[in-house]
Amino acid sequence: MQQSQYFTGMSRRQLLSLIGLTAGSAAMYQAMTSLGLAVESGYRGPPKLEGDPKGATVLILGSGLAGMTAALELRAVGYKVKILEYNSRSGGRNWTLRGGDTYTELGGATQKCEFDEGLYINPGPWRIPYHHNGLLAYCRRLGVTLEPFQQLNHNAFLHSSKAFGGKPQRVRDIKIDFQGHVSELLAKAAHTGKLEGAVTKEDQEMLLEALQSWGALDKDYAYVKSLATSEFRGFAKDPGGGLTAVPTPSEPIALKDILSSGLWGSLANFALYEFQTTMFQPVGGIDMIGKAFTKEVGDLITYHAKVTKIHQDDKGVTVTYEDQQKPGTMVEEKADWCICTIPLTILSQIELNVSAPMQAAIEAVPYASSVKVGLQFKRRFWEQDELIFGGVSYTDLPITQISYPSTSFNTNGKGVLLGAYTWNGPHSYEFTAMAPEERVKRAVEYGTMIHPQYKDEFENGISMAWHRSPFTLGCAGDWTEEARKEHYENLCKIDGRIVLAGEHASYIPAWMEGAILSSLDAITRLHQRVVSG
Amino acid sequence: MTQQHARPLGLLVATAFATALSATAALADSAGATFSTGDKFSEKTGQELYANVCQACHMDKGQGAVGAGKYPALAKNTNLETGGYPVFVILHGLKGMPPVGQMMSDDQVAAVVNYVRTNFGNDYKDPVTAEDVAGAR
Repeated sequence: MQQSQYFTGMSRRQLLSLIGLTAGSAAMYQAMTSLGLAVESGYRGPPKLEGDPKGATVLILGSGLAGMTAALELRAVGYKVKILEYNSRSGGRNWTLRGGDTYTELGGATQKCEFDEGLYINPGPWRIPYHHNGLLAYCRRLGVTLEPFQQLNHNAFLHSSKAFGGKPQRVRDIKIDFQGHVSELLAKAAHTGKLEGAVTKEDQEMLLEALQSWGALDKDYAYVKSLATSEFRGFAKDPGGGLTAVPTPSEPIALKDILSSGLWGSLANFALYEFQTTMFQPVGGIDMIGKAFTKEVGDLITYHAKVTKIHQDDKGVTVTYEDQQKPGTMVEEKADWCICTIPLTILSQIELNVSAPMQAAIEAVPYASSVKVGLQFKRRFWEQDELIFGGVSYTDLPITQISYPSTSFNTNGKGVLLGAYTWNGPHSYEFTAMAPEERVKRAVEYGTMIHPQYKDEFENGISMAWHRSPFTLGCAGDWTEEARKEHYENLCKIDGRIVLAGEHASYIPAWMEGAILSSLDAITRLHQRVVSG
Repeated sequence: MTQQHARPLGLLVATAFATALSATAALADSAGATFSTGDKFSEKTGQELYANVCQACHMDKGQGAVGAGKYPALAKNTNLETGGYPVFVILHGLKGMPPVGQMMSDDQVAAVVNYVRTNFGNDYKDPVTAEDVAGAR
């Protein structure tokens, strides 16, 4: 609950809408959790599946992280498991694009990734909060090597096309100066007795001392240009060696300029629980996670299977699918139980006999729009020219953000940036409506306004618009509070012989952890039902 | 109004941003596709709204698309016969489809509904009005 203290005076609604604007609804949902409005997620160790399933059969639909988690755990305790997968690969949205990969989106456009060897983009999930214990436990267990993912980089940019003449500002300057000015104001209020009643006299003295330290205030409690403030916000000329060693202090940005710029709005992206250090990414691409699961359960997967019908009766479940390699060939697969991880966008179109409340829940969740663009450059100019090593720059341009690679720091050679990452809002739809190469072109044009080097250094790019994804028809379940109240439980309950799992059946949609926790919860309940006969 | 038009170009004077200026100019030349300002769609006409919003899923000729699931074709779609139906779907969403009309004014929703109902092989001559849309929100 500590976080809410930072926002005293601002209504929860205002705060959440601010976070929603800058960070997307998944971030917003997590913020709601932190503010005590939502439910805590939690991994409580490996599932305890005690009792003999007596050879019961389970058919799992979808080989994303939810499906493969279920397969791994259920086979281990004696179930006979099969998985049907629409794609020609496992992993679902846990996916990495590398040089040589091709991707055909809905509408038929095919892109070939032309990145150099070793370079990649994660078109779906890409970062792991340190408190996503379920996912971290599987990474440990399956031998997925992690490295730090930089979310906050003080030297990355905050950019508004309408402020500071369009010149990007360093995160550090906005953050430190805002902190300094606010401290000065608060100190002034304390000195003029305006805080009387709110803090005791004793606490007031402590508060002043704290503000001086936290806000880099001088002896008169003012935030001014000085070597002392430069120790926080950096120098106009850094301290050096020899005859040129003398540092020059830097000039703080005026409070009114920070306020009118709106750039403070992006600071929440570095403060939120889900974005706090330490974040991780797998070495070599996010799909190392899916690949590690596939090593365990890959032998259970039938690929190219497009599910068209799911039918249950008191004896079992029959799933009908079309073998995409032999169009028109319908195949039936039977099992005692079915764990369905098919995204709701697709499941809501499949013939399925479940209760009316579950069917209503399946039809109640729209899917978020999201677009990512990966761009390869001839050199890592963001490091060499601008000293930006990892992290994220935020902008009011349609690309929303630029993320710098969190690996291979300070090396020569090429690099790939995440050149756009939208989440809902008009720009996400507008990017999606474009042809893939147009998305790349626009991402380069807009990025040039932040990094002029784009113009000379850009080589090639690839774009992923999730509403054009043939296997998800959207990015992730976009729950509203109202929909959740009405439908969430009905979505997650076991219905006869069928239970759903996936990020959409979690309180942390779009996160890999949501898929895993939902799967563990579903199989634990299913197993109880099976062994209790 | 598109974002590139709304941006005060005169402010981008620093030499370091000369390239940014030319990029902006290039944007203004890019035909067809636009970007909105802020968190609502800026496109005005039904055609612009279709091309920048609906086309994301229903495709450029209203043909829809098929993958593991499908986006229904809007071309020659008899569900469009009653104007109130597409108005409702745009405002409230349907299954996986998000309620994109929440990011549009009543006029915009009416414009795009009327566009779809009179294009792509559809020929429904009774237009919906902004008042119809307001009543369906």
